[in-house]
Amino acid sequence: MIQLEHLAKRYGATLAVDDLSLEVKEAELLVLLGASGCGKTTTLKMINRLVEPSAGRVRIGGRDAAEIPPATLRRRIGYCFQQIGLFPHMTVAENIAVTPQLLGWEEVRVGQRVEELLALVELEPALFRERYPHELSGGQQQRVGIARALAAEPEVLLMDEPFGSLDPPTRDRLQQRFQSIRAQLRITTIFVTHDMVEALLLGDRIAVLEGGRLLQVGSPRELLRAPADSTVASLMETPRRQAERVDALLCDEEAGRDDGGSA
Amino acid sequence: MKEQIALLPAYLTAHLQLSLVALLVGCVASVPLGIWITRRKGVAQAVLGVASVIQTIPSLALLALMVPLLAIVGAFTAPALGIELRSIGYLPALIALTLYSMLPILQTTVAGIEGVDPVLIEAARGVGMTDRQRLLRVELPLALPVIVAGVRTATVWVVGMATLSTPVGATSLGNYIFSGLQTRNFAAVCVGSFAAAALAILLDQIVRSLELGVRRRRRRIIVFAAAALTGLYLYAAAAFAWEQGRGGAPRVTIGSKTFTEQYILSELLAGWIERETGLRTRVLQSLGSTVLFDALHSGEIDVYVDYSGTVWATIMKRTDSPEGRERVLNEVRVFLEREYGIVIAAALGFENRYALAMRDAHAGRLGIESLSDLAALSGSLEIGGDYEFFVRPEWTALRETYGFVFQDQRSMDSSLMYQAAAAAEVDVISAFSTDGRIAAFELRLLEDDREVIPPYDAIVLVGPRSVRDHPELVQALGRLEGALDERAMQKLNYAVDTQGRAPSEVARGLLGSLNK
Repeated sequence: MIQLEHLAKRYGATLAVDDLSLEVKEAELLVLLGASGCGKTTTLKMINRLVEPSAGRVRIGGRDAAEIPPATLRRRIGYCFQQIGLFPHMTVAENIAVTPQLLGWEEVRVGQRVEELLALVELEPALFRERYPHELSGGQQQRVGIARALAAEPEVLLMDEPFGSLDPPTRDRLQQRFQSIRAQLRITTIFVTHDMVEALLLGDRIAVLEGGRLLQVGSPRELLRAPADSTVASLMETPRRQAERVDALLCDEEAGRDDGGSA
Repeated sequence: MKEQIALLPAYLTAHLQLSLVALLVGCVASVPLGIWITRRKGVAQAVLGVASVIQTIPSLALLALMVPLLAIVGAFTAPALGIELRSIGYLPALIALTLYSMLPILQTTVAGIEGVDPVLIEAARGVGMTDRQRLLRVELPLALPVIVAGVRTATVWVVGMATLSTPVGATSLGNYIFSGLQTRNFAAVCVGSFAAAALAILLDQIVRSLELGVRRRRRRIIVFAAAALTGLYLYAAAAFAWEQGRGGAPRVTIGSKTFTEQYILSELLAGWIERETGLRTRVLQSLGSTVLFDALHSGEIDVYVDYSGTVWATIMKRTDSPEGRERVLNEVRVFLEREYGIVIAAALGFENRYALAMRDAHAGRLGIESLSDLAALSGSLEIGGDYEFFVRPEWTALRETYGFVFQDQRSMDSSLMYQAAAAAEVDVISAFSTDGRIAAFELRLLEDDREVIPPYDAIVLVGPRSVRDHPELVQALGRLEGALDERAMQKLNYAVDTQGRAPSEVARGLLGSLNK
């Protein structure tokens, strides 16, 4: 569905993305994983031409993205990012309706679509349609953000750390909700994160980036079993090590309580 | 007061016509320009710089500058494009006010657009908006409150500054203020100031409501504010159309400078012309002195009263001081006709010249009758003069010829000068010989025994176009030759300045006593 061919982006003397080639299959969710500054966001933005590549090519459904006018291209690609960026002067319904309206959908169809999407992201339409972004919690705002990205029935969804600024319980709930939405829609998605757990839980495949270069790409299982190098290996081990430490903490506590009980 | 209120509809309408159009043009020019320069960083600083420089020009000077500027532009457009620009009146005032309104709107447009969160710009691009859609759907709506703040500032400035357009010949609420200050009619000053302030507040509140309605999406507020604004514009346009339609035969325009005598004489001439010739007239008061002469020459006004010595010094640029009123008058007459085609229809019979005055009793005690007598005693006396006097050539000539060495010299406002002399705060003042306060405060005019000060005969000037089109006008005005002497003019001025009567009323009284 999406091919990145020898993609590169240069800012002055620094190479933000260096000769990156990747393929994303139909209905797959590919995670771009790496520390901040690894080039994952730049890569994502080159797909919808928010950033123009210095070299290489992006193909979407076989067509060269560079040949499609940026605005036209972006209306076919859902885009969702950490700062959410809901338009503060528009209601929830108007925010969601933006892209369909740009595409010239009929009013009735737009209205129906807004209802559908609010239901999909579990916001009661009657309650939320007419509200303004500042009246919503962070989690509610990001759900509207996702609804806006999905509104025009895009063939591709780009997500740049969409849950990054949310508190852990909210993030957990939204991740689960998002997975079920994806299961319904089967939309091709590229998902940028630096959170290893999020990558493992959501990704069909994970591409690990460092210094603008691709270190390894594969399913979570492949990456866990056969890391290409020590960087990938230590990255993959982090959640397990953390889980073990949490386990250990629990065991200690239980041991402590047992001790107390026998005294 | 009643008389002042009667003038309000005309002045307020003219003021509204100036302010509303200036603001509309200002907004229509500044908002797109502001948007354009946010797209071109290099240009932004230059454009804002120019706007700031315009803003630093004192508003009165900016208005006054438009007159010669338009005259120069008009000199090119008239033969080349067949467009005759009027260099006094509405147009120069409108241009100056529009320029003045632009800076705040430009600044806030730039600030508003640049203040939009970059996250929202990226979101707008991300959802697939083109640059134009982003501007119209995201940037402008978000910048609106900031831009409106600039429009509101411009509104208050423009309504305030429009009061200064009176001296360039545009009627406004400033007519109250300029003539009121000169004739010591503080009721007029209050009416003018209060009306201008009320208009500023009204327009500001309409703009504010409009923005509030748009931002809060309150249809009722939008409709109400938009209706109020549209109503004002329609009223201004209708008044303009009515004025144009009613005009019929063009009117004879009589100008006046900014002091009492001129207000009285302009009203007198208007009344006289209507009575004697049946021509319709209008009076354009409180114009600047050079503005008046240029306007007479170009035909934008038809008649006004000037003084032979003023023409001698400022138009003919003569520094010598000839002997005799008649000679100066004749030379001025010949010069004006030859160089400008302007005709002196009549010398009214009095002079309004610079003269030195003392308290009558004081002068009598010291035995001072003439300036030569004064010179001998000047070392022990103090002199006061208006702001202009001590830098004028007349003063230099007086000092050099008579050898004055006053103990002290003080500049003061001309309206306070006579009071200061009467109260013995200064011994000698520079007076205008027809000022009513000379008699009222028992002052004595000292004789210029060596004839240093050029004569200042009051002369009725008629512009070249009217000379050609209305010979009967010149004839009728000719019958005013010698109609007023110095004492008569002093009395008329006194009636306005000290007794608080309106110039038009005093003029009417005089007109009744003048027979054909």
